[in-house]
Amino acid sequence: MAKDSEPAGQTTFVTRGLTKVYGEGPAAVHALRGVDLEIPKGEIVVLLGPSGSGKSTLLNIIGGLDRATEGDAFFEDQNLSQMSDRELTLYRRDHVGFVFQFYNLMPSLTARENVELVTEIAEDPMDVEKALHLVGLGKRMDHFPAQMSGGEQQRVAIARAIAKNPTVLFCDEPTGALDSTTGRAVLHVINDVNRELGATVMIVTHAAATAQMAHRVINFADGAIRSVEVNDHRVSPDEIEW
Amino acid sequence: MGALNHKLLRDLWRIKGQAGAIALVVAVGVLLLVMMSGMISSLDETRRTYYERYRLADVFAPVVRAPEKMLERLAAIPGVDAVEGRIQGGALVEIAGQDMPVRAQIVSLPPWREPRLNGVYLADGRMPQAGRTEEVLLLRSFAKAHGLTLGDHLSATMHGSRRDFRIVGIAQAPEFLFTIAPGEFVPDDARFAVIWMNQDALEAAYDLKGAFNEALLKLERGAQVEPVLAAADALLDRYGGLGSYALEDQLSNRFLSEEIKGLRTTSSVVPPIFMAVAAFLLYIVVSRMVQSEREQIGLIKAFGYTDWEVSLHYIKLVVAIALFGAALGCAGGVWSGRLLAGVYQAVYHFPFLVFRVEPSSFVSGVAVSVLAAMAGGLLVLRQVFALTPAVAMRPPAPADYSRSGALNARLKRWLDQPSRMVLRRVVRNPGRVFGAVLGIAAGMGLSSAQLTVMSGFDDTLDQTFDVIDRSDVAVTFFEQMPDKTAFALQHLPGVIEVEPTRSVSAVLRHGTESYRGGITGLMPGARLSRAVDADHADIPMPDAGIVLAKALADILKVGPGDQIMVEVLEGRRPVLEVPVARIADTLLGAPAFMKLDVLNRELNEPGRITGAYLRVDAQAYPALFAALKDVPSVAGVSRKSDSRAAMKKLMDSGAGTMRFIMAAIAGIITFGIVYNTARISFGEQARDLASLRVMGFTQGEAAFILLGELAIVVFLAIPLGVAIGYGLSFLVAAGFSTDLYQISTDFKPDTYGLAGGAVVAAAILSGWLVKRDIEKVDLVATLKTRE
Ligand SMILES: Nc1ncnc2c1ncn2[C@@H]1O[C@H](COP(=O)(O)OP(=O)(O)O)[C@@H](O)[C@H]1O
Ligand SMILES: [Mg+2]
Repeated sequence: MAKDSEPAGQTTFVTRGLTKVYGEGPAAVHALRGVDLEIPKGEIVVLLGPSGSGKSTLLNIIGGLDRATEGDAFFEDQNLSQMSDRELTLYRRDHVGFVFQFYNLMPSLTARENVELVTEIAEDPMDVEKALHLVGLGKRMDHFPAQMSGGEQQRVAIARAIAKNPTVLFCDEPTGALDSTTGRAVLHVINDVNRELGATVMIVTHAAATAQMAHRVINFADGAIRSVEVNDHRVSPDEIEW
Repeated sequence: MGALNHKLLRDLWRIKGQAGAIALVVAVGVLLLVMMSGMISSLDETRRTYYERYRLADVFAPVVRAPEKMLERLAAIPGVDAVEGRIQGGALVEIAGQDMPVRAQIVSLPPWREPRLNGVYLADGRMPQAGRTEEVLLLRSFAKAHGLTLGDHLSATMHGSRRDFRIVGIAQAPEFLFTIAPGEFVPDDARFAVIWMNQDALEAAYDLKGAFNEALLKLERGAQVEPVLAAADALLDRYGGLGSYALEDQLSNRFLSEEIKGLRTTSSVVPPIFMAVAAFLLYIVVSRMVQSEREQIGLIKAFGYTDWEVSLHYIKLVVAIALFGAALGCAGGVWSGRLLAGVYQAVYHFPFLVFRVEPSSFVSGVAVSVLAAMAGGLLVLRQVFALTPAVAMRPPAPADYSRSGALNARLKRWLDQPSRMVLRRVVRNPGRVFGAVLGIAAGMGLSSAQLTVMSGFDDTLDQTFDVIDRSDVAVTFFEQMPDKTAFALQHLPGVIEVEPTRSVSAVLRHGTESYRGGITGLMPGARLSRAVDADHADIPMPDAGIVLAKALADILKVGPGDQIMVEVLEGRRPVLEVPVARIADTLLGAPAFMKLDVLNRELNEPGRITGAYLRVDAQAYPALFAALKDVPSVAGVSRKSDSRAAMKKLMDSGAGTMRFIMAAIAGIITFGIVYNTARISFGEQARDLASLRVMGFTQGEAAFILLGELAIVVFLAIPLGVAIGYGLSFLVAAGFSTDLYQISTDFKPDTYGLAGGAVVAAAILSGWLVKRDIEKVDLVATLKTRE
């Protein structure tokens, strides 16, 4: 149905009239009100907006965790809206890395094993140790989550997300639970991942300063895009002013 | 504390599924407790009332022929309150349409008055009128078994002469709750009749004018029975006293006592298991609740609530669940107890039922469930106390698995990450895994033990009626006969083989132990009815000494080589001192065996027999039975297949019903624990599972982590369940085994296979139910929250 509207070229995501309504009747919440969006390949895109504006909802839909009520979302040339649950699972398995505000590590596995959990099922994973070195945890690979700080746990989560060599990396409030120094280190890692692996990165945040490291900034309000800015003066995460 | 109480109600509502399941386990435990103790006390009470209302004697003193004036002498024995003399004897009854004559006991009714002792309950019709010698009362259970009613005619052969009778009343009596033909072991409504008739009719038939052949004695309250027995024996000795015995040894009463004893054993073993399971489940659920509410607990403590106030909150929760379950169990127990007591009333032929639940069983039901719940709850309190506000308010640290890392080095090589997750969870919570394993094993053990005992009954039947007894028909004579009587049977239609036998009644003694039973004399090389050892090999009869059934050896506390005293109650009534030669593996009754001619020599009655076992061509049964009716010496004929069917019926009703219910309930409980284990594991890991799904694990792969733990638990539980079941089966079998019958407790792979298979099926079903929940998990919502 949507083949003709499919965009060509170096675009990772395209959405057309993406709508999400939670609930029904008078209690219905319109989390997304017709979002049209294009995300070029290999960019870092930061989604800014007040709490409750629908950022996570958008991320979850294009990440294959949730379904739109209406509209289409394309990953490369595949329409996510028409995939079965099983196809969505495979999409996540092969292409998507997620990082959440609350790490969501397996407490029963060490850092190394948490990463291995993903490399065991991925098509073309990177070396586990390399992934952990990338996030600066080369020395703490055999520690359990309970033995690590919040920042370290978040870095394991990033290592776990990138170890499969994802096409896209979704980070929903990745620094939300961290102090500014640790947060900056985590952003640094995300920046490196983008540069070295060429993965498209989408970061959801309500901390406006994060936008300084993005190629592209999308301002979100009330379930719709207010503006899209291309950032010509990218700043390394180390230099971000908080 | 108003706000906390609101929280309590909401919490209860939130966990209503699980709380309901636990309350149900508590309820089942209490239900069984109340039901069984209600049944036991109802049976006890009904029996007591019945015995009292119909003035059942405390002592029975059979005698050959004693003049009526002896009754006054008996009444003068210190401790004796009332005395009645009566005439009773054996007869053969002809019933239309029945190919075999049926044995009967005829009991006299005194003229013009009610019996002073051993009254009858008239269920229908009227008492025979004085002087009407053809009018009789018939035992209700027998009448029912043969469809006989008021006005029907019977013909009975008493002492060789045949007479016709008319049924004018249908009666029940406390001394005939179970009826067993002399020389048989199995009570059977259909194959033994009890007939009451006027005393004068009997006096004539048995030639006992002005005499009695059974004295009944009622004792004063609190009187000792032993001295009365001795005094009665002394008085009746010269009239051919056959040894007086107490109510305790009266056969019908013994059967009832043994059944009640079996129920008691079960009721003391089973409900506690359910209570322990309930305590364990409560502990798990509340402990999880405390874990997930740690922030709230910290907050409440920060407001200034004390540890105790917070703890009290959780204790109230636990007690509320327990009380709810207990209330449900009490109500259900009364209801099902009444229902089952009704079943027992019919099985035991009580004319009425006094249903009574001791208030103490409610009290103990509630107390036990609250205590069990508290035991579960108290363990949780430790966790509440340990939580300081500061710790509780910090974001939750991931569960610490660092101590479970030791397994790593060896496991790493061959375990993928999901398997490691499963294993580490098990290693980290050994107590809980052990609890679940124990719970499932206990449930499985309980059901397999009940199944083992059920099939043990069948083994008892097989061994008794196929292995030990290879005859088809047993014939009993009225009195001892010359052995040529048996060989005359050889010429009757269809008879293939005849094996004579003699049985005499006797009291066996060893030290202070004694048993009133009999001695069976066997032919050398007996083939049809035998004594066998544990390997089913024939035990040859020794020239000196006696062979005892295992149950009898246990009662007398003797083994091979020990000397026992045998007081024969017949003939010249010798007292023998004989060594125990061997122990026989007999499961029905508690017989003692001797070589036939050795027994006869001791009695000084050579060549005498009292019956014979026959092997018969099945085609010839009708002709054979017709012919046997015309042999005057024959007092009774019993077909082995009938005995077997009667035994089977007896074992299936009453206690058999109970066992079946137990096995079923145990099965349900086992399923409950298996399902709960799966649910809890799911509840705890929902977040991990969602993370796995986000990473691209399929539902099946995610389910593996959940169900892997369940699989390990089940895998560990099954062998333990077999062990528990094996142990319990001995306990339960011992509780039901008596000198009346014993239950074989051989290891039965099939019953354990069945119980284990049921556990696996429960695990698969639970896994499937929980897997459906995995499919329903809202990935986004689960990950957004902080636990
Ligand atoms: N599962 C849900 N059910 C109902 N409403 C929801 C649900 N998830 C999000 N919402 C609502 O949708 C809106 C957008 O939520 P979200 O995408 O999480 O916002 P953001 O990430 O920008 O803070 C909010 O109003 C929120 O309350
Ligand atoms: Mg959000």
